[in-house]
Amino acid sequence: MSGAMSAASDVIIVGGGLMGSSAALFLRGHGISVTLLEADLIGRQASGTNFGNVRRQGRGIHQLPLANRAIAIWRRSRELLGADVEYLQSGHIRVCYRERPELVGSMEEYAAQARAEGLDLELLSGNALRDKFPFFGPDVLAGSYSPTDGHANPRLAAPAFARAAERLGAMIHENTKIVDAQKVGEDFIVTAADGRTFRAPTLLITAGAWGNALSSQFGEPVPIVPRGPNMSVTEPVPYAILPAVGVMTPIEEETVYFRQVARGNIVLGGSTRGPSFPDQYRAYVEPQNTLSQLKQIRRLAPSLGKLNIIRVWSGIEGYMPDSQPVMGPSATTSGLYYAFGFSGSGFQIGPGVGETMAEIIAKGGTDIPMGPYQIERFAAG
Amino acid sequence: MAEPRIIIVGAGPSGTRAAQACVAAGLRPIVIDEARRDGGQIYRRQPDNFTRPYAKLYGTEAGRAQVLHETFDGLKGAIDYRPETLVWNIAGGHVWTASGTVQKAMPFDALLLCTGATDRLMPVKGWQFAGAYSLGGAQVALKSQAVSIGHKVVLMGSGPLLYLVASQYVEAGADVAAVLDTSPFSARVKALPDLLAMPSVLWNGVALTRALKRAGVAVHLGVTPVEIMGDAESGVSGIRFRTGSGKEETVRCDAVAIGHHLRPETQLADLARCAFTFDAGTRQWLPERDGDGRSSVAGVYLAGDGAKILGARSAEASGRLAALAALADLGLPVDKGEMTSLRGDVANYAKFARGLARAFPWPSAQAAVLPDDAILCRCEGVTAGDLRGVMRETGAQEANRAKAFSRVGMGRCQGRYCGLAAAELIAAESGVPIEQVGRLRGQAPVKPLPIAIGDET
Repeated sequence: MSGAMSAASDVIIVGGGLMGSSAALFLRGHGISVTLLEADLIGRQASGTNFGNVRRQGRGIHQLPLANRAIAIWRRSRELLGADVEYLQSGHIRVCYRERPELVGSMEEYAAQARAEGLDLELLSGNALRDKFPFFGPDVLAGSYSPTDGHANPRLAAPAFARAAERLGAMIHENTKIVDAQKVGEDFIVTAADGRTFRAPTLLITAGAWGNALSSQFGEPVPIVPRGPNMSVTEPVPYAILPAVGVMTPIEEETVYFRQVARGNIVLGGSTRGPSFPDQYRAYVEPQNTLSQLKQIRRLAPSLGKLNIIRVWSGIEGYMPDSQPVMGPSATTSGLYYAFGFSGSGFQIGPGVGETMAEIIAKGGTDIPMGPYQIERFAAG
Repeated sequence: MAEPRIIIVGAGPSGTRAAQACVAAGLRPIVIDEARRDGGQIYRRQPDNFTRPYAKLYGTEAGRAQVLHETFDGLKGAIDYRPETLVWNIAGGHVWTASGTVQKAMPFDALLLCTGATDRLMPVKGWQFAGAYSLGGAQVALKSQAVSIGHKVVLMGSGPLLYLVASQYVEAGADVAAVLDTSPFSARVKALPDLLAMPSVLWNGVALTRALKRAGVAVHLGVTPVEIMGDAESGVSGIRFRTGSGKEETVRCDAVAIGHHLRPETQLADLARCAFTFDAGTRQWLPERDGDGRSSVAGVYLAGDGAKILGARSAEASGRLAALAALADLGLPVDKGEMTSLRGDVANYAKFARGLARAFPWPSAQAAVLPDDAILCRCEGVTAGDLRGVMRETGAQEANRAKAFSRVGMGRCQGRYCGLAAAELIAAESGVPIEQVGRLRGQAPVKPLPIAIGDET
């Protein structure tokens, strides 16, 4: 399509991942008209290719109010979305290894702070863990069990939010790559590569790793780095592992995690992240990363060494230097909002981000603490 | 300059001839093959302690099989041969291999992918039951292990392999209950001008069908498969089909082999990031290559049925041609005249292959009418109705999108067996042209990879 067709709505959202799709749904709940623009297909990159942890534990304490808001949405996702996104509140365990006994103290401290935010964690010794979850290897020293965390299917989640938003009247345009955004008078005018333009007084950028290309147009560049997560999946085996499992460690290579889906396949993730190619909308899993991931998985759960992986995949995630997203209003331009750069940990909080951004746009504020996410922290000088 | 590092993947007809050309140029190529012995699929060798003669194993192709095997045996001292080794990924100028649980990354200057083919399968209701094989699988059982897939066997589908496997089963003394060919006789008549490009091969085919008739095997042309009867407990019990005149019939059997000619094994070309284009004649996505076998990626060459289904004889010629192209690109002297002559051979085989595709058409319309309760993706147990339901709910009209939402093609074969039929179903259901449905993106590992994999200790 070409020409200067100009479509008007109250809000334009650029980026159809989980953040943008859920924001569209909740904005419709406030009765606000929404146009959601996605360069590729809904939920194809970070939102669709991540591990699928619906995990609160391990997040910064300041992020727990947002995570708590999100968990309430995950729990009613089936009714809200009219679709099954395979959400299971089947627990999450974070473990540390014998080489790092000091992490047990960190786990205890975290658990005490988390309890004040409404997240109850149970600390278990390695042997107690192995009694309960016999797949853990001898290197596991201790663990923190969060019974109310769990997992969901990333391939299904963002598209289900977008379909629900569409049913409530959101206008969704896929294959619509935005090349220019500017504020002209009271309105933002957003132009697609094929020349179509969209107009609205409010603009929300939820473009993930591509967010900087748009924030820069408003004088707010951010040091975002695109990277690809490293995922694998095994052949299906009888369903026996309920909680999602991950390693707490300062060493990137050791940070592996796994979960079993009800169908029986075990999804493996983590270890070193790979390069990605935002211009091509592709990220590749480097073979050496797969090998280091499998080695670390054998250490965490030696019995998984008897299985085969049948597929690997990656996607494009946007990482910020402090691992905190850019979220909230622009510092330069009124009516402009951001929610991107979730640094590989946006899936669980995604629906909470959407609800919070919709609240900020509809009501002018929120009780959720937003300080750590302000874009001004990257302002030059 | 150090000796150029050439890696050949596959030790079938094209890989063997490629290796021979490299050795003749004074190089020592690495030849990596998944199988225990060389020969590929069509010239698959029996285990060492088996003693069936060539004529018994390969019929009309015995002479070619023997020459190819002897050629490979003669090369063994001059190549770095790595059997029982899977290339599970290609990245960063290396092939990544797994031999059991031992991994190795090998750099290359030129990579020749001679990866061969598998059966092209059209799902039939009941094809997940024990006792349902592909035609290629049925042939492997016979050639490698000297066993039949059942006591009473039906062979169903279309393509030259249908008749070859049938005659090999009859010759071996198996009870072939029926040969059910989905292609009508009229298609063969229309294909005759192209098939005459290789009169001797055409004659072999005619002789096979006559031999089946002489043996008293019922051969039905122009059939429509309805159902592989049976149950999960006891497996296949029979075949229900409609004859060319529309009458429904049943054949009792305890095993069936199905297939509609072949499809190239292109996943490694995909992982090597070769460009693909849609081939309207075969309704398949094929890796692009020039007339000599150069892919769109410098240093990566494609030959044999792994690039396009042109048959075993063509594979020998295109394997040699691609190797000569690689040697020329590496600056080594090659016989330009021979390359010209090989190009002519390949063009002639291509004409014949076009005739085969016409004579034994892929019954794409069957995917559209696959009943909702029929399994479409066997790895993930997804039915045709499941996929249709997902399409209705989500609007997915692209192969990878439909895979993400429905799991079709997400299992251990990564859609190598159901992907073509799934694409036809998506196209028919959505009214989108098949080429717009796209192709499933390949992902490593191309075959299951043990989590126990690691470096050699």
